[in-house]
Amino acid sequence: MAWNPTQTTLVNLRNAIAASQTTSVQIVQQYLDRIERYNPQLNAFTQIFADQALQRAQRIDTGDLAGPLAGIPIAIKDNMCTPYGRTTCSSRILENFAAPYTATAVEKLEAAGAIVLGKTNLDEFAMGSSTEHSAFGTTRNPWSTDHVPGGSSGGSAVAVAADLAPGALGSDTGGSIRQPAALCGVVGLKPTYGRVSRYGLVAFASSLDQIGPFAHTVGDVALLLEVLCGPDPLDSTSVDAPAGPFHANLDQPVDGLRLGLPNQYLSDANHPSVAGAIDEAVEVFRGLGAQIVEVDLPHTEYGIATYYIVATAEASSNLARYDGVRYGRRADDTADMIDLYCRSRSQGFGDEVKRRIMLGTYALSSGYYDAYYLRALKVRRLIKQDFDGAFEKFDAILCPTSTGPAFKIGEKTSNPLAMYLNDIYTATANLAGIPGISIPAGHTKSHNGDPKLPVSIQFLGPLFGEARLLRIARMYEAATNHHLARPELAQAD
Amino acid sequence: MPPTTATTHCIPQDINAQLCVGLEVHVELATRSKMFTNAPNLAHHHHYDAEPNTLCDPVVLGMPGVLPVINQDAVEKSILVGLALDCQINRFTKWDRKSYFYPDLPKNYQISQYDKPLCFGGSIDIPAHDETDTPSDTTKKIRIIRAHLEEDAGKLLHEAPGGKKIDHSIVDLNRAGTPLLEIVTHPDFTSADQALAFCEMLRNICRFLGVSECVMQRGHIRFEPNINVIIERAGQIHKTPIVEIKNLNSFKALHGAIEYEHVRQVEQWLETGQVMSSGSKSTRGWDDEHGVTTLQREKEDAHDYRYFPDPDLLPVTISDEWLETIQKQMPQLPHDRLRKYVRDYHLPNKQANALIAEREVCYFFEEVVSEGVDPKRSAAMLLNSGAKRANEQNCLISDIGIQPKQIKQIIELLDEDKIGSNAADELFGLCCNSKSDAEQLAQQHGLLQVSDHGALNDYINQVLENPKMTKAVEDIRNGKNQAIGALIGQVMKLSKGQANPKLVTEIIKNKLQS
Repeated sequence: MAWNPTQTTLVNLRNAIAASQTTSVQIVQQYLDRIERYNPQLNAFTQIFADQALQRAQRIDTGDLAGPLAGIPIAIKDNMCTPYGRTTCSSRILENFAAPYTATAVEKLEAAGAIVLGKTNLDEFAMGSSTEHSAFGTTRNPWSTDHVPGGSSGGSAVAVAADLAPGALGSDTGGSIRQPAALCGVVGLKPTYGRVSRYGLVAFASSLDQIGPFAHTVGDVALLLEVLCGPDPLDSTSVDAPAGPFHANLDQPVDGLRLGLPNQYLSDANHPSVAGAIDEAVEVFRGLGAQIVEVDLPHTEYGIATYYIVATAEASSNLARYDGVRYGRRADDTADMIDLYCRSRSQGFGDEVKRRIMLGTYALSSGYYDAYYLRALKVRRLIKQDFDGAFEKFDAILCPTSTGPAFKIGEKTSNPLAMYLNDIYTATANLAGIPGISIPAGHTKSHNGDPKLPVSIQFLGPLFGEARLLRIARMYEAATNHHLARPELAQAD
Repeated sequence: MPPTTATTHCIPQDINAQLCVGLEVHVELATRSKMFTNAPNLAHHHHYDAEPNTLCDPVVLGMPGVLPVINQDAVEKSILVGLALDCQINRFTKWDRKSYFYPDLPKNYQISQYDKPLCFGGSIDIPAHDETDTPSDTTKKIRIIRAHLEEDAGKLLHEAPGGKKIDHSIVDLNRAGTPLLEIVTHPDFTSADQALAFCEMLRNICRFLGVSECVMQRGHIRFEPNINVIIERAGQIHKTPIVEIKNLNSFKALHGAIEYEHVRQVEQWLETGQVMSSGSKSTRGWDDEHGVTTLQREKEDAHDYRYFPDPDLLPVTISDEWLETIQKQMPQLPHDRLRKYVRDYHLPNKQANALIAEREVCYFFEEVVSEGVDPKRSAAMLLNSGAKRANEQNCLISDIGIQPKQIKQIIELLDEDKIGSNAADELFGLCCNSKSDAEQLAQQHGLLQVSDHGALNDYINQVLENPKMTKAVEDIRNGKNQAIGALIGQVMKLSKGQANPKLVTEIIKNKLQS
């Protein structure tokens, strides 16, 4: 099979289509075949737009549509609005919501010639770290289907990891791109806050949410970022920053590279495989002539507490609009207005969403605002200052993406605090607004029946420093080739 | 039944009951689009009569994933009002979310301004009330606490359009997202008249600045007075609990509600002795039909709006350059013009007020004056002949079609005795439909007076020779001047109204009395 999805990259496919070595229809069909075969066991996609995708592929092949991503199929996390299909956020309350508008990020992909294959599963409203909190079932890790894929963009991470799509979009509020990328063994990038428009991304926490790409290689995400980024008049928080080039200079190593290794991220709580991956990365970079020095990020320990106050406070307000009045789920036979609100929301939201709405409402309440929300904002500034200081001395920070590999489905669902700790190495980047990238760094050892699971590392960079951050990640990728590994999927019946 | 308009006769003699009123005034800005999106604005005259729920887009409807974008025009219009009220402009201003659930509020939070309002700390001098038509220099300073910009809510309706009964409520979101400027004063008013004077002035300012049409019936300007009474009896001071009256949209309602509360609160105090305390504030509505206020909410509910900065919007920084650009748009304000008209032009208060009520009329009047016409005569002509035509055409005096130059010509024709006052009004009417010179029009329509002695002599001789006039002629010869009127009437008849009556009188007198 030419251009076998399991042995290629998004950039290679793009080049092959552009050079007429294959057709978009052929590529799209191959991925659709794989989705048909493997999605039932993985539940990565919750909606598939097969006919529409093939029609668009035909138009690409006949030269009707062009662009840097011409003919490339992409998976979209189902919290980004598309004018076709539904935009559900994997929630009962938006189960039948059809958006009459398109997210700017999706619009940009399509304008670049990309083809939306379908929409992927997530933790309801992007609240979770395992994709278990979905109204449409749990998504499974392709490396071991009784393990979680991470979350909340678990569906998108799995779509790429299992080669159901060569690239995907996710959103990252506290680690929701980087952590599932890490647990599924793919590359996931959270751009600088403001780099990619949030218009049409259903808000979880507006000051933290950022759309970003998943793919198998640093080069693939660099190409996707080039298409996604840029200011948007519909998003006041989007920023007009130099847009790369991210892809063209990627293979140029960073001269005199200085990496900071934060003490606070190297705890005993880390799984040995994670500690091993960091040690290996240090060796790799030393071998490449980089300087690696420990760095102190003293406010890291307050990261999770701060994050869960800011994120839930904003969420409690952002999710107030789902009231059953204008769209979305409305409870039947309600007695009055209050009953309509209460029952529509009680029936429409899952437990984790309700928990966060209550936490956030509490944090903003009069009498508690100063002690929680206001204080969280102050700590947020301190965390940002930690990073500002670090980036005066270092080009990037090297650290784990997560404390360990994928955990078992159901292992943490009854312990929300344990689940929240999944974000410990990722959430501070969102609080500071800085970009972060997670890339594959090998696997756990398979023994005693434990499956072989991906392990990853993370690089954090200064605001709008994606170009350099991607080059650093590419140095590691080129030296290790961990990104070439693919899971073995069980054959469907 | 309580009286519809309160009089102090209900307050016992031994009590001094001083009203204390603060105002919140909401003004809907007439920008083309809404506060945070491109959807058309209901408060813009192009969209006044839009069908329900047609001025909506995903942002207005609070759909998932959409984001607000600040309307710059609304910010500038608000700053203009702030400057007119002598406010300081916050160079760093931001937007906050005010949370509460209600079906007319699509996001279930309102984007408003909490601790960094656009404008703060202003004041304005209102005329101390003057019943007579004489200009008064006495003013009272009203302090402005703040003026902040927010979005309006939609409307919840309990009957279908056309008044049909329904068993549920329906929502019209046309108004949702209209830019709303909320102006808050200190409790500086001590009478309903003062509150009224302030609101009239504010309305004039907003209309003059072109920031809002301020059509009361459409709710473009709405008043919420906070009222209590400071009672002094036997050397002791007692303050009644504050009452907020919601959503008044006429001057009459504002005045009526304040006067009514003045008496009601004293009566209630006499009955219960209740004085102001924490949580004692209540909310009342105004019953226009019966002229009374009615209780809406007993205690100021511990309403927790959970304000926090809107993370979807960046704070706005107002630079010196931007502020200067806005300042340059500031016209001379209506109350300053009023002062000029009364003091320098010596117009009666009533006329001056009529002129400043509409910006375009005011500008038109000043254009006429700048042509060199006497202000008093300009005002009189505009407010008589002009107002008559404006009324007929249902438009502003400035839009009836006459040119300032033509008005100047008409007045010159009058001064030169070329036309009489009736002809002047007729000529004014003709000028409304023609750009021609007034004199030319007068000539074409035979309005010019005949002042030619030969022609007048012919008419006069005919009349004097008329046997029916013999008695009158005799009377005049004997010095009974009032008889001249009859002769002039005949001359006017013969000349078809064109004879110059002044000259005719002179000639007749010369002929008969010298």
